[in-house]
Amino acid sequence: MLRDVRKRFGPVEVIRGVTMDVAAGERHALIGPNGAGKTTLFNLISGRFPVTSGEISVGASRIDGLPPHRINRLGISRSFQITSIFHRLSVFENIRCALLWSQGYRYSFWHPLSRQCGLNESTERLLEDLNLTARRDTVAGLLSYAEQRALEIGMTVAGGASVILLDEPTAGMSHSETEYAVALIRRLTQGRTLVMVEHDMKVVFDLADTISVMVYGVIIASGSPVDIRANRAVQEAYLGALAA
Amino acid sequence: MTSPVQMPEVRVRRPLQRRTFGFRIWPWLVTLAICIALPWVFYDWHHGRHSGFMLSMLSQMGMMVIFALSFNMLLGQAGLLSFCHSVLFGFGGYTTVHLLNAAGAGELPVPIELMPLLAGLSGLAFAIVIGFIATRQRSTAFAMITLGIVQLMTTAATMFHHFFGGEGGINTDRQIGISLFGLDYGSSTQVYYLIIAWMMIAAIAMYYHTGTPLGRMANACRDNHERAQFVGYDPKVVRFLQFALSGFFAGIGGGLFAITYEIVTFDAVAAPLAANALLMAYIGGATTFVGPVLGAILITALRSGVSLMSNSWLVYVGILFIGMVTFAPAGLTGIVLAHAPIARAGQLHRLWLSYLRLLVPSLLTLLGFVGMVELLSFLTIGAAQGKQLSLFGYPLDIASTAPWLAAMFCLVAGGWWLWYETDRVRLAWKDVVTALPRSGAAT
Repeated sequence: MLRDVRKRFGPVEVIRGVTMDVAAGERHALIGPNGAGKTTLFNLISGRFPVTSGEISVGASRIDGLPPHRINRLGISRSFQITSIFHRLSVFENIRCALLWSQGYRYSFWHPLSRQCGLNESTERLLEDLNLTARRDTVAGLLSYAEQRALEIGMTVAGGASVILLDEPTAGMSHSETEYAVALIRRLTQGRTLVMVEHDMKVVFDLADTISVMVYGVIIASGSPVDIRANRAVQEAYLGALAA
Repeated sequence: MTSPVQMPEVRVRRPLQRRTFGFRIWPWLVTLAICIALPWVFYDWHHGRHSGFMLSMLSQMGMMVIFALSFNMLLGQAGLLSFCHSVLFGFGGYTTVHLLNAAGAGELPVPIELMPLLAGLSGLAFAIVIGFIATRQRSTAFAMITLGIVQLMTTAATMFHHFFGGEGGINTDRQIGISLFGLDYGSSTQVYYLIIAWMMIAAIAMYYHTGTPLGRMANACRDNHERAQFVGYDPKVVRFLQFALSGFFAGIGGGLFAITYEIVTFDAVAAPLAANALLMAYIGGATTFVGPVLGAILITALRSGVSLMSNSWLVYVGILFIGMVTFAPAGLTGIVLAHAPIARAGQLHRLWLSYLRLLVPSLLTLLGFVGMVELLSFLTIGAAQGKQLSLFGYPLDIASTAPWLAAMFCLVAGGWWLWYETDRVRLAWKDVVTALPRSGAAT
């Protein structure tokens, strides 16, 4: 999937040749200390920043160099570490906007949205999945933090993308909220490929089939949770206290 | 009830709201009825004719409603501050003048009722051209490009005489003799009803547009253009299409302008008109659909009414604008909407008294301010025009100190009193709002 990807910001090479394969349908966690370049890697995959060199492909198609909306249309959807929603629109509108393109509405200015029963029902269904039905008409900017995070995940999965990239979906959540979020992610990403950046080791070992460890812009280890736990280099670089 | 974790497990399936049609029909019917009836309210039964002043003001309101609404497709809906909206309006106007002249000469068999549609199409075409340049950018860069475009077009309008007619503009005659309904449009009443018809069509179309995928994604791009990319939309395309469509409606307004005044000059493309659109949308309230309508009516009334009474009407509009931007950024409709949750909770009565107490100091301050402005203006412009300042019919001597002192007193005392009362209102407001059940209903 990723082949020797590099990213340079001025003289600083942040991503120093990442090669990574994620199998279809796999739940892949990307871990590593702060500043390792995990979020930057997400930004490269999702097209937010252009790659300096290397190639990124999903299935048979190459996606590096494409603008973000084109990558999204190919079925790669991402969430943001810092909540990124349409804060002046209602919760319902947020989800519906995230559904529009995938349901083929494109830039239509002739379909009245209130009459698109299929679209509205999908939106309601997803809202129910997210447990946000009661907050349906609330302006998204007024939701609580945990609700905004749930909405963010909802908007990411709404379009039915086959590859979901989640950037620290449980950051800043309390213990019970995290548990809820993990269950939510598990349910919503059923049958899809999931790549997630996560700091909470409990979440990582709970969810992931495969773990990649990133340090200073390179992946130092990749494997099943059991392998990673046993890996010496990883223990030294990162897990330290947890493994001891 | 703040986090999803604590949500009760009972899930209530709410029925889909407003499944029938995008909008309720009766507000539109009421508006239409009012528009039809309005000229008759001011009918001069004595002489058996319509009030020319009112009719021309109402006609202008009709055009400005279209203009302000189309401007708000950019400002309120898409978060784009355009200074070149007058260009689209004026271009529609110029095109219509040429089309009317061609039709009058028998070269173009198009009835006058459909001229605004052609004007709209020309506005659309021109918006496609300039939108192609301007909508590649957003926010400040977009605003600056549009400012450049309006200056460019104003200059062009005075330079290229064939199309724009230079400084004097170009004239036309709306009595082209081709009409769907056999009307000659010799009277301004007929023109008024033509304007109303197109205003209703344009307003309904623009309202319809707010509920379509493009309209909603324009809101989404306004809120967070980056996120829009990650749900599959290209914000540039959204901006471009929104700009083009707003050009279509602005063009319709321009077409009606040409039909009404039978002359279009470079004023119709120049920046002051674009600034007017901003005033109307902002003062009325850019966050709602009806806001610009209210703003268009208010500003046009001020323009027609107050400008008859005072040289300094622009000062008042300016102060109103600054006041709204500072104290009520959501405009008039925003102020009304802010009361909605309070009214729902049945707490509105707790605010009436504080508002009532605001009335006297407000009027006093207003009187003082208007007095000062008028006295100053009469010292300079008024003297040059040889006018006499009068208050409620009594002539005032601006050379004596009494009116100056009185105005100053009203301004200072009223202002101080108003300051005191606003504090009380703020407290009352806080009391009422904190007592409300926590909710954040979408507007």
